[in-house]
Amino acid sequence: MSRTDPAAPMRAGSHDSWTRALSGWIEGLVPKGQWLPDRQPAYVASWIYVFGVACLASLVVVIASGLVLTFGGITWWHTNSFGHFVNSMHLWSVELFFATMVIHLWGKFFMAAWRGHRGMTWATGALAFFGSLGTAFTGYLIQTNFDAQWISTQAKDGLNAAGVGAYFNVMNVGQMVLWHVSFLPLVVGVIVGLHLLLVRRRGVVPPIGAESPVGVESPVAAEPSGASAPPETSGPGAAAAPPGAARPTAGVSAQEVGS
Amino acid sequence: MSATATRRSATWAPDSHDFPTRRYDLVKEFVIALVVMLVLTIVAALVFSSPDDSALSLQRWAQEAPNDVVATATGELAGTTTTATYGPPYNTNADGQSLGPIVLPKLTGVTQPIDAADDFVITPLRTLSSDPAVAAALRQWSSASADQRTKWAQAYSDALAAAPDGDPAKVASGDYGPVPALAKGELALASSGALEGLLSSRTSFFGTDSTKPLLFLADGSYLEDQARVQNLGGDQWGIMNETGNYPGQPWLWLYAFWYQIPPFSTSDNADVQVWALMILLSIGFICIPWIPGLRTLPKHLGVHKLIWRGGRWR
Repeated sequence: MSRTDPAAPMRAGSHDSWTRALSGWIEGLVPKGQWLPDRQPAYVASWIYVFGVACLASLVVVIASGLVLTFGGITWWHTNSFGHFVNSMHLWSVELFFATMVIHLWGKFFMAAWRGHRGMTWATGALAFFGSLGTAFTGYLIQTNFDAQWISTQAKDGLNAAGVGAYFNVMNVGQMVLWHVSFLPLVVGVIVGLHLLLVRRRGVVPPIGAESPVGVESPVAAEPSGASAPPETSGPGAAAAPPGAARPTAGVSAQEVGS
Repeated sequence: MSATATRRSATWAPDSHDFPTRRYDLVKEFVIALVVMLVLTIVAALVFSSPDDSALSLQRWAQEAPNDVVATATGELAGTTTTATYGPPYNTNADGQSLGPIVLPKLTGVTQPIDAADDFVITPLRTLSSDPAVAAALRQWSSASADQRTKWAQAYSDALAAAPDGDPAKVASGDYGPVPALAKGELALASSGALEGLLSSRTSFFGTDSTKPLLFLADGSYLEDQARVQNLGGDQWGIMNETGNYPGQPWLWLYAFWYQIPPFSTSDNADVQVWALMILLSIGFICIPWIPGLRTLPKHLGVHKLIWRGGRWR
Protein backbone atom coordinates (compact mmCIF):
# COMPACT_ATOMS: atom_id res chain seq x y z
CA MET A 1 0.00 0.00 0.00
CA SER A 2 1.51 3.29 -1.00
CA ARG A 3 1.72 6.25 1.34
CA THR A 4 -0.59 9.07 0.50
CA ASP A 5 0.19 12.73 0.96
CA PRO A 6 -2.55 14.25 3.14
CA ALA A 7 -1.96 17.67 1.60
CA ALA A 8 -2.29 16.40 -1.95
CA PRO A 9 -6.06 16.87 -2.30
CA MET A 10 -5.66 20.45 -1.06
CA ARG A 11 -3.15 21.15 -3.77
CA ALA A 12 -5.20 19.41 -6.39
CA GLY A 13 -8.03 21.86 -6.13
CA SER A 14 -8.97 24.36 -3.46
CA HIS A 15 -12.65 24.61 -4.27
CA ASP A 16 -13.74 21.07 -5.07
CA SER A 17 -15.77 20.80 -1.86
CA TRP A 18 -17.74 23.23 0.25
CA THR A 19 -15.53 22.48 3.22
CA ARG A 20 -12.34 23.29 1.32
CA ALA A 21 -13.91 26.40 -0.16
CA LEU A 22 -14.89 27.61 3.33
CA SER A 23 -11.51 26.68 4.73
CA GLY A 24 -9.74 28.54 1.95
CA TRP A 25 -11.96 31.55 2.40
CA ILE A 26 -11.28 31.70 6.15
CA GLU A 27 -7.52 31.34 5.60
CA GLY A 28 -7.63 34.13 3.05
CA LEU A 29 -9.44 36.62 5.26
CA VAL A 30 -6.16 37.76 6.74
CA PRO A 31 -2.69 37.61 5.18
CA LYS A 32 -0.64 34.68 6.37
CA GLY A 33 0.96 35.36 9.73
CA GLN A 34 -1.18 38.39 10.45
CA TRP A 35 -3.91 36.91 12.68
CA LEU A 36 -1.66 37.32 15.70
CA PRO A 37 1.66 38.78 14.56
CA ASP A 38 4.55 39.24 16.97
CA ARG A 39 5.82 42.27 15.16
CA GLN A 40 4.23 45.61 14.27
CA PRO A 41 5.33 48.46 12.03
CA ALA A 42 7.78 50.72 13.82
CA TYR A 43 5.38 53.66 13.67
CA VAL A 44 3.07 51.87 16.10
CA ALA A 45 4.71 53.67 19.00
CA SER A 46 2.22 55.91 20.75
CA TRP A 47 -0.01 55.60 23.82
CA ILE A 48 -3.00 56.24 21.60
CA TYR A 49 -2.71 52.66 20.32
CA VAL A 50 -3.32 51.36 23.84
CA PHE A 51 -6.93 52.53 23.90
CA GLY A 52 -8.14 50.07 21.28
CA VAL A 53 -6.96 47.10 23.28
CA ALA A 54 -8.06 48.78 26.54
CA CYS A 55 -11.53 49.10 25.05
CA LEU A 56 -11.52 45.43 24.12
CA ALA A 57 -10.30 44.48 27.60
CA SER A 58 -13.02 46.52 29.30
CA LEU A 59 -15.59 44.86 27.04
CA VAL A 60 -14.45 41.53 28.46
CA VAL A 61 -15.03 42.87 32.00
CA VAL A 62 -18.44 44.23 30.94
CA ILE A 63 -19.51 40.86 29.59
CA ALA A 64 -18.12 38.90 32.55
CA SER A 65 -19.78 41.11 35.18
CA GLY A 66 -23.01 41.10 33.17
CA LEU A 67 -22.98 37.31 33.05
CA VAL A 68 -22.63 37.14 36.83
CA LEU A 69 -25.59 39.50 37.16
CA THR A 70 -27.74 37.24 35.00
CA PHE A 71 -27.31 34.36 37.44
CA GLY A 72 -29.33 36.16 40.10
CA GLY A 73 -31.98 37.75 37.89
CA ILE A 74 -32.79 41.39 37.34
CA THR A 75 -33.81 42.28 40.90
CA TRP A 76 -31.18 40.24 42.74
CA TRP A 77 -28.70 43.09 43.06
CA HIS A 78 -31.15 45.22 45.05
CA THR A 79 -31.16 42.85 48.01
CA ASN A 80 -27.75 41.16 47.90
CA SER A 81 -24.56 43.05 48.76
CA PHE A 82 -22.44 40.91 46.45
CA GLY A 83 -25.00 41.46 43.71
CA HIS A 84 -24.78 45.22 44.26
CA PHE A 85 -20.99 45.01 44.03
CA VAL A 86 -21.21 43.11 40.74
CA ASN A 87 -23.70 45.67 39.48
CA SER A 88 -21.22 48.39 40.42
CA MET A 89 -18.52 46.52 38.49
CA HIS A 90 -20.84 46.29 35.52
CA LEU A 91 -21.54 50.03 35.68
CA TRP A 92 -17.92 51.12 35.97
CA SER A 93 -16.64 48.70 33.36
CA VAL A 94 -19.23 50.15 30.97
CA GLU A 95 -18.03 53.66 31.79
CA LEU A 96 -14.43 52.58 31.14
CA PHE A 97 -15.50 50.80 27.96
CA PHE A 98 -17.07 53.96 26.56
CA ALA A 99 -14.25 56.21 27.76
CA THR A 100 -11.60 54.08 26.06
CA MET A 101 -13.77 53.61 22.97
CA VAL A 102 -14.32 57.34 22.52
CA ILE A 103 -10.59 58.06 22.92
CA HIS A 104 -9.85 55.25 20.47
CA LEU A 105 -12.37 56.69 17.99
CA TRP A 106 -11.00 60.20 18.22
CA GLY A 107 -7.47 58.89 17.91
CA LYS A 108 -8.40 57.03 14.75
CA PHE A 109 -10.16 60.10 13.41
CA PHE A 110 -7.10 62.29 13.85
CA MET A 111 -4.99 59.55 12.24
CA ALA A 112 -7.45 59.40 9.30
CA ALA A 113 -7.27 55.67 9.92
CA TRP A 114 -9.58 54.94 7.01
CA ARG A 115 -6.78 55.53 4.52
CA GLY A 116 -5.48 52.69 2.41
CA HIS A 117 -8.79 50.88 1.86
CA ARG A 118 -9.62 50.90 5.58
CA GLY A 119 -13.00 52.58 5.22
CA MET A 120 -14.89 49.53 6.44
CA THR A 121 -12.60 49.28 9.45
CA TRP A 122 -13.70 52.78 10.47
CA ALA A 123 -17.34 52.04 9.62
CA THR A 124 -17.46 48.86 11.72
CA GLY A 125 -15.82 50.71 14.62
CA ALA A 126 -18.44 53.46 14.39
CA LEU A 127 -21.20 50.85 14.17
CA ALA A 128 -19.79 49.12 17.25
CA PHE A 129 -20.06 52.46 19.05
CA PHE A 130 -23.71 52.90 18.09
CA GLY A 131 -24.51 49.27 18.90
CA SER A 132 -22.94 49.77 22.30
CA LEU A 133 -25.10 52.86 22.86
CA GLY A 134 -28.22 50.75 22.39
CA THR A 135 -26.92 47.97 24.59
CA ALA A 136 -26.00 50.33 27.41
CA PHE A 137 -29.33 52.12 27.08
CA THR A 138 -31.30 48.90 27.53
CA GLY A 139 -29.12 48.15 30.55
CA TYR A 140 -30.34 51.34 32.19
CA LEU A 141 -33.92 50.32 31.41
CA ILE A 142 -33.73 46.98 33.22
CA GLN A 143 -32.32 48.21 36.51
CA THR A 144 -35.82 47.87 38.03
CA ASN A 145 -35.31 51.03 40.09
CA PHE A 146 -36.25 54.71 39.90
CA ASP A 147 -33.71 55.39 37.14
CA ALA A 148 -35.31 52.71 34.99
CA GLN A 149 -38.79 54.13 35.61
CA TRP A 150 -37.77 57.65 34.67
CA ILE A 151 -35.55 56.82 31.71
CA SER A 152 -38.13 54.46 30.18
CA THR A 153 -41.04 56.87 30.51
CA GLN A 154 -38.95 59.65 29.00
CA ALA A 155 -37.31 57.64 26.23
CA LYS A 156 -40.59 56.18 25.00
CA ASP A 157 -41.57 59.50 23.41
CA GLY A 158 -38.57 59.64 21.09
CA LEU A 159 -38.94 56.01 20.11
CA ASN A 160 -42.69 56.33 19.58
CA ALA A 161 -42.24 59.47 17.49
CA ALA A 162 -39.79 57.59 15.28
CA GLY A 163 -42.21 54.68 14.92
CA VAL A 164 -39.80 52.37 16.72
CA GLY A 165 -41.79 52.24 19.94
CA ALA A 166 -44.51 50.23 18.25
CA TYR A 167 -42.21 47.22 18.35
CA PHE A 168 -39.51 48.20 20.84
CA ASN A 169 -41.34 48.95 24.07
CA VAL A 170 -38.93 50.41 26.60
CA MET A 171 -41.49 50.03 29.40
CA ASN A 172 -41.74 46.28 28.86
CA VAL A 173 -38.98 45.13 31.17
CA GLY A 174 -39.27 41.52 29.97
CA GLN A 175 -38.63 42.57 26.38
CA MET A 176 -35.78 44.90 27.33
CA VAL A 177 -34.03 42.24 29.41
CA LEU A 178 -33.93 39.91 26.44
CA TRP A 179 -32.66 42.61 24.10
CA HIS A 180 -29.98 43.57 26.61
CA VAL A 181 -28.62 40.11 27.29
CA SER A 182 -29.07 38.41 23.93
CA PHE A 183 -29.63 40.25 20.67
CA LEU A 184 -27.76 43.50 21.28
CA PRO A 185 -24.61 41.91 22.79
CA LEU A 186 -24.62 39.48 19.88
CA VAL A 187 -24.79 42.33 17.38
CA VAL A 188 -22.01 44.25 19.16
CA GLY A 189 -19.93 41.08 19.42
CA VAL A 190 -20.25 40.33 15.71
CA ILE A 191 -19.42 43.92 14.73
CA VAL A 192 -16.41 44.02 17.07
CA GLY A 193 -15.24 40.66 15.66
CA LEU A 194 -15.56 42.01 12.12
CA HIS A 195 -13.73 45.17 13.14
CA LEU A 196 -10.83 43.18 14.60
CA LEU A 197 -10.69 41.00 11.51
CA LEU A 198 -10.46 44.07 9.28
CA VAL A 199 -7.73 45.55 11.49
CA ARG A 200 -5.68 42.37 11.09
CA ARG A 201 -6.51 42.12 7.39
CA ARG A 202 -5.28 45.62 6.53
CA GLY A 203 -2.70 46.16 9.23
CA VAL A 204 -2.21 49.38 11.18
CA VAL A 205 -2.57 52.48 9.04
CA PRO A 206 0.76 54.19 8.21
CA PRO A 207 1.39 57.80 9.27
CA ILE A 208 -0.19 60.61 7.26
CA GLY A 209 2.21 61.73 4.58
CA ALA A 210 4.39 58.64 4.85
CA GLU A 211 5.86 57.18 1.68
CA SER A 212 6.53 53.52 1.21
CA PRO A 213 10.05 52.74 2.49
CA VAL A 214 10.56 50.19 -0.27
CA GLY A 215 9.39 52.47 -3.04
CA VAL A 216 6.23 50.51 -3.70
CA GLU A 217 3.23 52.62 -4.39
CA SER A 218 -0.35 51.63 -4.61
CA PRO A 219 -1.90 51.70 -8.04
CA VAL A 220 -3.64 54.97 -8.62
CA ALA A 221 -7.34 55.27 -7.84
CA ALA A 222 -9.76 58.15 -8.12
CA GLU A 223 -11.92 56.97 -5.23
CA PRO A 224 -10.87 55.64 -1.83
CA SER A 225 -13.20 52.72 -1.36
CA GLY A 226 -12.00 49.18 -1.52
CA ALA A 227 -14.68 48.43 -4.07
CA SER A 228 -13.56 51.00 -6.61
CA ALA A 229 -9.83 50.99 -6.00
CA PRO A 230 -7.82 48.06 -7.29
CA PRO A 231 -6.09 46.02 -4.60
CA GLU A 232 -2.40 46.38 -4.05
CA THR A 233 -0.86 43.60 -6.05
CA SER A 234 2.75 44.58 -6.38
CA GLY A 235 5.60 44.47 -3.96
CA PRO A 236 6.92 41.88 -1.57
CA GLY A 237 4.62 39.08 -0.65
CA ALA A 238 1.83 40.24 -2.91
CA ALA A 239 1.17 36.81 -4.28
CA ALA A 240 0.09 35.46 -0.91
CA ALA A 241 -2.30 38.30 -0.06
CA PRO A 242 -6.04 37.77 -0.30
CA PRO A 243 -7.86 40.01 -2.73
CA GLY A 244 -8.10 43.51 -1.36
CA ALA A 245 -6.00 42.76 1.70
CA ALA A 246 -2.69 44.27 2.61
CA ARG A 247 0.33 42.24 1.72
CA PRO A 248 1.43 39.70 4.29
CA THR A 249 4.40 39.25 6.56
CA ALA A 250 6.69 42.19 6.70
CA GLY A 251 9.63 39.99 7.46
CA VAL A 252 10.28 39.37 3.80
CA SER A 253 11.21 42.88 2.90
CA ALA A 254 11.02 45.13 5.85
CA GLN A 255 14.00 46.31 7.73
CA GLU A 256 13.55 45.15 11.30
CA VAL A 257 14.19 47.69 14.00
CA GLY A 258 14.02 47.76 17.72
CA SER A 259 14.18 44.03 18.16
CA MET B 1 -0.56 58.35 -18.50
CA SER B 2 -3.35 60.89 -17.95
CA ALA B 3 -3.35 63.48 -15.18
CA THR B 4 -6.13 61.61 -13.43
CA ALA B 5 -4.22 58.39 -13.51
CA THR B 6 -1.14 59.92 -11.90
CA ARG B 7 -3.15 61.49 -9.07
CA ARG B 8 -3.30 59.54 -5.83
CA SER B 9 -6.56 58.75 -4.15
CA ALA B 10 -7.54 61.20 -1.40
CA THR B 11 -7.19 58.40 1.11
CA TRP B 12 -4.20 56.59 -0.35
CA ALA B 13 -1.74 55.10 2.11
CA PRO B 14 1.32 52.95 1.57
CA ASP B 15 1.21 49.30 2.55
CA SER B 16 1.77 48.96 6.28
CA HIS B 17 3.81 45.79 5.70
CA ASP B 18 6.47 47.67 3.75
CA PHE B 19 7.60 49.54 6.85
CA PRO B 20 10.30 48.53 9.28
CA THR B 21 8.93 46.49 12.14
CA ARG B 22 9.67 45.99 15.78
CA ARG B 23 8.71 43.35 18.30
CA TYR B 24 5.22 43.81 19.64
CA ASP B 25 3.61 41.36 22.03
CA LEU B 26 -0.12 41.72 21.35
CA VAL B 27 -1.14 39.00 23.79
CA LYS B 28 0.93 40.49 26.60
CA GLU B 29 -0.51 43.91 25.84
CA PHE B 30 -4.06 42.53 26.02
CA VAL B 31 -3.45 40.66 29.28
CA ILE B 32 -1.96 43.77 30.89
CA ALA B 33 -4.88 45.86 29.62
CA LEU B 34 -7.33 43.31 31.00
CA VAL B 35 -5.69 43.33 34.42
CA VAL B 36 -5.58 47.14 34.49
CA MET B 37 -9.24 47.44 33.44
CA LEU B 38 -10.27 44.83 35.97
CA VAL B 39 -8.40 46.56 38.78
CA LEU B 40 -9.78 49.98 37.80
CA THR B 41 -13.29 48.52 37.70
CA ILE B 42 -12.99 46.83 41.09
CA VAL B 43 -11.53 49.94 42.71
CA ALA B 44 -14.26 52.15 41.22
CA ALA B 45 -16.93 49.68 42.32
CA LEU B 46 -15.54 49.55 45.87
CA VAL B 47 -15.05 53.30 46.19
CA PHE B 48 -18.05 54.67 44.29
CA SER B 49 -20.52 51.73 44.32
CA SER B 50 -23.56 52.32 42.07
CA PRO B 51 -26.82 54.23 42.46
CA ASP B 52 -29.96 52.36 43.37
CA ASP B 53 -32.87 54.59 44.29
CA SER B 54 -35.73 52.18 44.73
CA ALA B 55 -38.56 52.22 42.24
CA LEU B 56 -41.59 54.35 43.05
CA SER B 57 -44.63 52.26 43.85
CA LEU B 58 -48.18 53.35 43.19
CA GLN B 59 -48.75 52.79 46.90
CA ARG B 60 -46.00 55.26 47.77
CA TRP B 61 -47.47 57.69 45.28
CA ALA B 62 -50.86 57.37 47.01
CA GLN B 63 -49.30 57.90 50.42
CA GLU B 64 -47.09 60.86 49.53
CA ALA B 65 -49.24 62.62 46.92
CA PRO B 66 -52.83 61.35 47.25
CA ASN B 67 -54.28 64.44 45.59
CA ASP B 68 -52.12 63.78 42.52
CA VAL B 69 -53.49 60.23 42.28
CA VAL B 70 -57.06 61.56 42.43
CA ALA B 71 -56.33 64.25 39.83
CA THR B 72 -54.63 61.72 37.53
CA ALA B 73 -57.46 59.19 37.80
CA THR B 74 -59.94 61.96 37.04
CA GLY B 75 -57.84 63.03 34.05
CA GLU B 76 -57.88 59.47 32.72
CA LEU B 77 -61.69 59.44 32.97
CA ALA B 78 -61.90 62.84 31.27
CA GLY B 79 -59.52 61.73 28.54
CA THR B 80 -57.13 64.62 29.12
CA THR B 81 -53.95 62.91 30.34
CA THR B 82 -50.83 62.34 28.26
CA THR B 83 -51.68 58.70 27.67
CA ALA B 84 -55.34 59.39 26.87
CA THR B 85 -54.34 61.91 24.20
CA TYR B 86 -51.17 60.15 23.00
CA GLY B 87 -52.06 58.44 19.74
CA PRO B 88 -50.05 55.49 18.36
CA PRO B 89 -48.82 53.09 19.56
CA TYR B 90 -51.39 53.31 22.41
CA ASN B 91 -54.57 54.67 20.81
CA THR B 92 -55.95 56.69 17.92
CA ASN B 93 -56.73 59.82 19.91
CA ALA B 94 -53.94 61.73 18.13
CA ASP B 95 -51.71 61.26 15.10
CA GLY B 96 -48.37 61.47 16.86
CA GLN B 97 -45.40 63.64 15.95
CA SER B 98 -44.72 64.50 12.34
CA LEU B 99 -41.61 65.11 10.31
CA GLY B 100 -42.92 67.33 7.55
CA PRO B 101 -45.67 65.34 5.85
CA ILE B 102 -44.49 62.06 7.36
CA VAL B 103 -46.23 60.80 10.51
CA LEU B 104 -44.30 57.67 11.42
CA PRO B 105 -46.45 56.63 14.41
CA LYS B 106 -49.49 56.49 12.11
CA LEU B 107 -47.64 54.19 9.75
CA THR B 108 -46.79 51.71 12.49
CA GLY B 109 -50.23 52.04 14.11
CA VAL B 110 -51.60 50.98 17.48
CA THR B 111 -49.61 47.99 18.68
CA GLN B 112 -50.13 48.35 22.45
CA PRO B 113 -53.81 49.34 22.71
CA ILE B 114 -54.64 51.32 25.84
CA ASP B 115 -58.00 52.83 26.77
CA ALA B 116 -56.78 55.12 29.54
CA ALA B 117 -60.11 55.43 31.38
CA ASP B 118 -60.99 51.78 31.14
CA ASP B 119 -57.54 50.20 31.60
CA PHE B 120 -56.22 52.50 34.31
CA VAL B 121 -59.40 53.18 36.35
CA ILE B 122 -62.61 51.34 35.50
CA THR B 123 -61.28 47.79 35.04
CA PRO B 124 -59.15 47.82 38.22
CA LEU B 125 -62.09 49.26 40.18
CA ARG B 126 -64.29 46.32 39.19
CA THR B 127 -62.24 44.28 41.66
CA LEU B 128 -63.65 46.51 44.42
CA SER B 129 -67.15 45.14 44.00
CA SER B 130 -67.44 44.68 47.75
CA ASP B 131 -67.38 48.46 48.19
CA PRO B 132 -71.01 49.61 47.73
CA ALA B 133 -70.06 53.21 46.87
CA VAL B 134 -67.66 52.11 44.16
CA ALA B 135 -70.06 49.49 42.82
CA ALA B 136 -72.84 52.11 42.56
CA ALA B 137 -70.47 54.57 40.89
CA LEU B 138 -69.39 51.96 38.37
CA ARG B 139 -73.04 51.20 37.52
CA GLN B 140 -73.79 54.91 37.04
CA TRP B 141 -70.66 55.36 34.91
CA SER B 142 -71.44 52.36 32.74
CA SER B 143 -75.00 53.41 32.03
CA ALA B 144 -74.09 57.00 31.10
CA SER B 145 -73.36 58.21 27.59
CA ALA B 146 -69.80 58.99 26.55
CA ASP B 147 -70.60 62.72 26.46
CA GLN B 148 -72.06 62.64 29.95
CA ARG B 149 -69.03 60.80 31.31
CA THR B 150 -66.68 63.36 29.81
CA LYS B 151 -68.75 66.24 31.20
CA TRP B 152 -68.68 64.79 34.72
CA ALA B 153 -64.99 64.00 34.63
CA GLN B 154 -63.97 67.32 33.05
CA ALA B 155 -66.03 69.26 35.57
CA TYR B 156 -64.47 67.39 38.48
CA SER B 157 -61.00 67.79 36.99
CA ASP B 158 -61.51 71.57 36.75
CA ALA B 159 -62.87 71.68 40.28
CA LEU B 160 -59.85 69.78 41.62
CA ALA B 161 -57.51 72.18 39.84
CA ALA B 162 -59.31 75.10 41.45
CA ALA B 163 -59.37 73.57 44.95
CA PRO B 164 -56.60 74.50 47.43
CA ASP B 165 -53.75 71.98 46.97
CA GLY B 166 -56.05 70.01 44.65
CA ASP B 167 -57.59 68.55 47.79
CA PRO B 168 -60.75 66.57 46.94
CA ALA B 169 -62.17 67.46 50.36
CA LYS B 170 -62.09 71.16 49.41
CA VAL B 171 -63.70 70.87 46.00
CA ALA B 172 -66.66 73.14 45.33
CA SER B 173 -69.96 71.35 45.00
CA GLY B 174 -71.10 70.52 41.48
CA ASP B 175 -72.49 67.88 39.16
CA TYR B 176 -69.63 65.41 39.01
CA GLY B 177 -71.71 62.23 38.77
CA PRO B 178 -69.85 59.13 39.94
CA VAL B 179 -66.38 60.55 39.22
CA PRO B 180 -65.46 61.54 42.83
CA ALA B 181 -66.36 58.06 44.06
CA LEU B 182 -64.40 56.43 41.23
CA ALA B 183 -61.36 58.59 41.88
CA LYS B 184 -61.59 57.91 45.59
CA GLY B 185 -61.82 54.19 44.86
CA GLU B 186 -58.71 54.41 42.66
CA LEU B 187 -56.85 56.10 45.51
CA ALA B 188 -57.96 53.31 47.85
CA LEU B 189 -56.71 50.69 45.41
CA ALA B 190 -53.37 52.45 45.04
CA SER B 191 -53.04 52.90 48.82
CA SER B 192 -53.65 49.22 49.40
CA GLY B 193 -50.85 48.28 47.01
CA ALA B 194 -53.21 46.34 44.78
CA LEU B 195 -53.31 48.74 41.82
CA GLU B 196 -49.80 47.99 40.61
CA GLY B 197 -50.53 44.29 40.24
CA LEU B 198 -53.90 44.96 38.66
CA LEU B 199 -52.27 47.15 36.00
CA SER B 200 -49.21 45.03 35.28
CA SER B 201 -50.70 41.56 35.40
CA ARG B 202 -53.83 42.09 33.33
CA THR B 203 -52.37 40.30 30.34
CA SER B 204 -50.04 37.87 32.02
CA PHE B 205 -49.77 36.07 35.35
CA PHE B 206 -46.03 36.84 35.39
CA GLY B 207 -46.34 40.58 34.91
CA THR B 208 -43.11 41.32 33.06
CA ASP B 209 -44.68 44.21 31.16
CA SER B 210 -44.73 47.43 33.19
CA THR B 211 -46.17 49.61 30.42
CA LYS B 212 -49.52 50.37 32.05
CA PRO B 213 -48.40 51.16 35.61
CA LEU B 214 -45.55 53.26 34.23
CA LEU B 215 -47.82 55.20 31.87
CA PHE B 216 -50.32 55.79 34.68
CA LEU B 217 -47.54 56.92 37.02
CA ALA B 218 -46.09 59.20 34.34
CA ASP B 219 -49.51 60.76 33.71
CA GLY B 220 -49.34 62.27 37.21
CA SER B 221 -46.90 64.92 38.33
CA TYR B 222 -45.36 62.91 41.20
CA LEU B 223 -42.84 61.00 39.06
CA GLU B 224 -41.56 64.13 37.35
CA ASP B 225 -41.38 66.01 40.64
CA GLN B 226 -39.15 63.28 42.04
CA ALA B 227 -37.02 63.29 38.90
CA ARG B 228 -36.54 67.04 38.86
CA VAL B 229 -35.28 66.95 42.42
CA GLN B 230 -32.55 64.64 41.08
CA ASN B 231 -31.85 66.94 38.10
CA LEU B 232 -33.28 64.43 35.67
CA GLY B 233 -35.76 66.68 33.85
CA GLY B 234 -35.68 66.85 30.08
CA ASP B 235 -34.44 70.45 30.25
CA GLN B 236 -31.83 69.30 32.79
CA TRP B 237 -30.13 66.94 30.30
CA GLY B 238 -32.10 64.24 32.07
CA ILE B 239 -31.79 61.36 29.64
CA MET B 240 -28.02 61.19 30.10
CA ASN B 241 -28.02 61.63 33.89
CA GLU B 242 -28.83 59.20 36.64
CA THR B 243 -29.65 59.55 40.30
CA GLY B 244 -26.92 60.73 42.64
CA ASN B 245 -23.49 61.96 41.63
CA TYR B 246 -22.82 59.33 38.99
CA PRO B 247 -21.73 59.81 35.38
CA GLY B 248 -24.84 58.24 33.86
CA GLN B 249 -24.75 58.01 30.08
CA PRO B 250 -22.48 60.90 28.99
CA TRP B 251 -22.23 59.29 25.55
CA LEU B 252 -25.80 60.54 24.97
CA TRP B 253 -24.73 64.16 25.38
CA LEU B 254 -25.33 65.11 21.78
CA TYR B 255 -28.82 63.58 21.80
CA ALA B 256 -29.67 65.44 25.02
CA PHE B 257 -28.05 68.63 23.72
CA TRP B 258 -30.54 69.21 20.90
CA TYR B 259 -33.43 69.30 23.36
CA GLN B 260 -31.84 72.29 25.10
CA ILE B 261 -31.76 74.62 22.08
CA PRO B 262 -34.28 76.07 19.58
CA PRO B 263 -35.97 75.06 17.40
CA PHE B 264 -36.12 71.69 19.17
CA SER B 265 -36.68 73.08 22.67
CA THR B 266 -39.86 74.81 21.49
CA SER B 267 -41.09 72.34 18.89
CA ASP B 268 -44.14 70.11 19.25
CA ASN B 269 -42.33 67.58 17.08
CA ALA B 270 -38.99 67.78 18.89
CA ASP B 271 -38.65 64.04 19.47
CA VAL B 272 -38.92 62.99 15.85
CA GLN B 273 -36.85 65.97 14.70
CA VAL B 274 -34.02 65.14 17.11
CA TRP B 275 -34.19 61.49 16.08
CA ALA B 276 -34.01 62.37 12.40
CA LEU B 277 -31.07 64.69 13.00
CA MET B 278 -29.22 62.08 15.07
CA ILE B 279 -29.76 59.40 12.45
CA LEU B 280 -28.37 61.72 9.77
CA LEU B 281 -25.36 62.64 11.91
CA SER B 282 -24.75 58.98 12.77
CA ILE B 283 -24.80 57.95 9.11
CA GLY B 284 -22.43 60.82 8.36
CA PHE B 285 -20.10 59.68 11.15
CA ILE B 286 -20.04 56.13 9.83
CA CYS B 287 -19.43 57.37 6.27
CA ILE B 288 -16.61 59.84 7.03
CA PRO B 289 -14.12 57.83 4.91
CA TRP B 290 -16.25 58.46 1.84
CA ILE B 291 -17.17 62.12 2.42
CA PRO B 292 -14.90 64.52 0.47
CA GLY B 293 -13.52 67.21 2.72
CA LEU B 294 -14.24 65.34 5.93
CA ARG B 295 -12.05 62.38 5.01
CA THR B 296 -9.03 64.63 4.50
CA LEU B 297 -9.77 66.95 7.43
CA PRO B 298 -7.43 65.17 9.91
CA LYS B 299 -4.48 65.85 7.60
CA HIS B 300 -5.13 69.58 7.89
CA LEU B 301 -5.84 69.53 11.63
CA GLY B 302 -2.34 68.26 12.27
CA VAL B 303 -3.12 66.36 15.47
CA HIS B 304 -1.52 63.31 13.86
CA LYS B 305 1.87 64.98 14.31
CA LEU B 306 1.49 64.44 18.05
CA ILE B 307 0.93 60.72 17.47
CA TRP B 308 3.64 60.04 14.88
CA ARG B 309 6.49 62.07 16.28
CA GLY B 310 10.15 61.94 15.47
CA GLY B 311 9.91 59.83 12.35
CA ARG B 312 11.19 56.71 14.12
CA TRP B 313 9.24 54.70 11.61
CA ARG B 314 11.11 56.02 8.59
